[in-house]
Amino acid sequence: MSQPGVTRRQAFERRQKRRSVLIAFTSTVIVIGLVVALVPQTPGWYKVKRSFFDGAVLSDTFAKLLSAFVKDIQIFLWCAPCILIWGMTLAVCRSVRTPALFPLRLFAAAYTDIFRGIPVILTILLVGFGVPGLGLHRPWNSPYLWGSVALVLAYSSYVAEVFRAGIESVHESQRAGARSLGLSSGQTLRYVIIPQAVRRVIPPLMNDFVSLQKDVALISLIGPIEILRQAGIDKSKYANFTPYVGAAIIFLLLTIPETRFVDHLMTRERRRTSGTAVR
Amino acid sequence: MNIESKISLQEVRKSFGSRHVLNGITLDINQSEVIAFIGSSGSGKSTLLRCVNLLEAIDDGAILLDGIDISEPGINPDPFRRRIGMVFQNFNLFPHMTVLENIALAPRKVLGQSKNEANDHARELIGRLGLSDRADGYPDQLSGGQQQRVAIARSLAMNPEVMLLDEITSALDPELVGEVLDVVRELKSNGMTMLLATHEMGFAREISDRVCFLHQGQVLECSPPAEFFSRPQHERTQQFLQRVTDAGRL
Ligand SMILES: Nc1ncnc2c1ncn2[C@@H]1O[C@H](COP(=O)(O)OP(=O)(O)O)[C@@H](O)[C@H]1O
Ligand SMILES: [Mg+2]
Repeated sequence: MSQPGVTRRQAFERRQKRRSVLIAFTSTVIVIGLVVALVPQTPGWYKVKRSFFDGAVLSDTFAKLLSAFVKDIQIFLWCAPCILIWGMTLAVCRSVRTPALFPLRLFAAAYTDIFRGIPVILTILLVGFGVPGLGLHRPWNSPYLWGSVALVLAYSSYVAEVFRAGIESVHESQRAGARSLGLSSGQTLRYVIIPQAVRRVIPPLMNDFVSLQKDVALISLIGPIEILRQAGIDKSKYANFTPYVGAAIIFLLLTIPETRFVDHLMTRERRRTSGTAVR
Repeated sequence: MNIESKISLQEVRKSFGSRHVLNGITLDINQSEVIAFIGSSGSGKSTLLRCVNLLEAIDDGAILLDGIDISEPGINPDPFRRRIGMVFQNFNLFPHMTVLENIALAPRKVLGQSKNEANDHARELIGRLGLSDRADGYPDQLSGGQQQRVAIARSLAMNPEVMLLDEITSALDPELVGEVLDVVRELKSNGMTMLLATHEMGFAREISDRVCFLHQGQVLECSPPAEFFSRPQHERTQQFLQRVTDAGRL
């Protein structure tokens, strides 16, 4: 029987919603309950707890970790735009079909092959130790600088591939539509192809940037005191691994909202440009 | 060759690999003339229109616009494309732009019009095609008929001298065909030179000055519709019209 003012569908959807909330709640409680009850039963639990989840060490080191993390964010913030611009440049070079620009295509292809094929950590070590080894003077021997350059080199090759896939995914008919209006191939790329390509690749692109956010920590290997190195220092000082857990928590505090935010943006964009959604 | 022709096709040939799609097409189209190309699927109608718009480069022969060879290998096609509008079966609208932006893009970027100028002209066209309330919507939010009218408006915004219409009603629900054909009728009454590929025989009969039958990349016959439909000369044409009649499309 339907309540007054409520359609049959609304009543149905309310019942469904109550049901799914109930199921989700019960299953979550059971799973968490099992973990909390069983893990402390393991023989090594008390040792792990002492060396990884020491509340006192966490509260002692957390503030310092947080301030070291600012360095990670800074590095991320200046690397990200460079990566976007350089990655897009490479992708456009690879999409150009003019014979005169063939060397550019060749370069872009070789570049992406090389830097995609080398582990990021190796690029950082090679660039970070290699270039300052040329005997450059301040500020040109800064590990921040060359660590960032290494990240840009590596990540722009991933981002270039993502952009290129996006550019190629735009249907040929879009190009025909634009060219038939008299737009040049450059204008077609700029106003018609790239805007659509970029929209399509935002999710994979964001995955790359969340990875970048994490890989910034690899720079610690060549010197800068950012969060991972700070955690290492605190680990030695307290003879306790809890600072690493603290660092992990700090990363999650940033990366989880980041991904959620992107999901939100994507949903909004879809809703704005498309008609009715299919259930 | 005929000096007054708006468009002159001379022995136009086009192959894709070993597949000969256009096998020497010769046809003169006068100013304000409307030509309907009909023929079975795969006979080369789309390819021919794409060649006229220089979206495909022809292999041999020549395409003349006002007596100028626009098909010369190596020539920059952009200045000629501006003068020749093309509308596609599947609209090819830009999904990331609003209706207004779709229409105003080329006038701004190609003709160098200011944003205001281009938008004013776009609004005028949108009004003329009965889409005023849709100016700020996105293509995916429109019906097929509305989308195709936007595509026509987008071409018209460049003030083309010739329009190429490639089966512009084929992707539409039957009840939406009329609104698009009305626009084509209006173009004809304004003296637009048009080349159209169509499966709408009734419309071809009504709108065109000449109907041309394409078969295996050749124009088998070309005559005014009254003559074409009542006394087709070529056996192939008769067979085609018979098939169309049997399918209830005539
Ligand atoms: N880009 C292309 N590459 C290879 N073959 C093509 C291409 N475009 C068209 N064709 C072929 O050319 C023939 C004519 O196609 P089309 O001009 O689209 O015919 P219609 O529009 O009359 O149906 C078809 O056999 C088609 O497969
Ligand atoms: Mg076709």
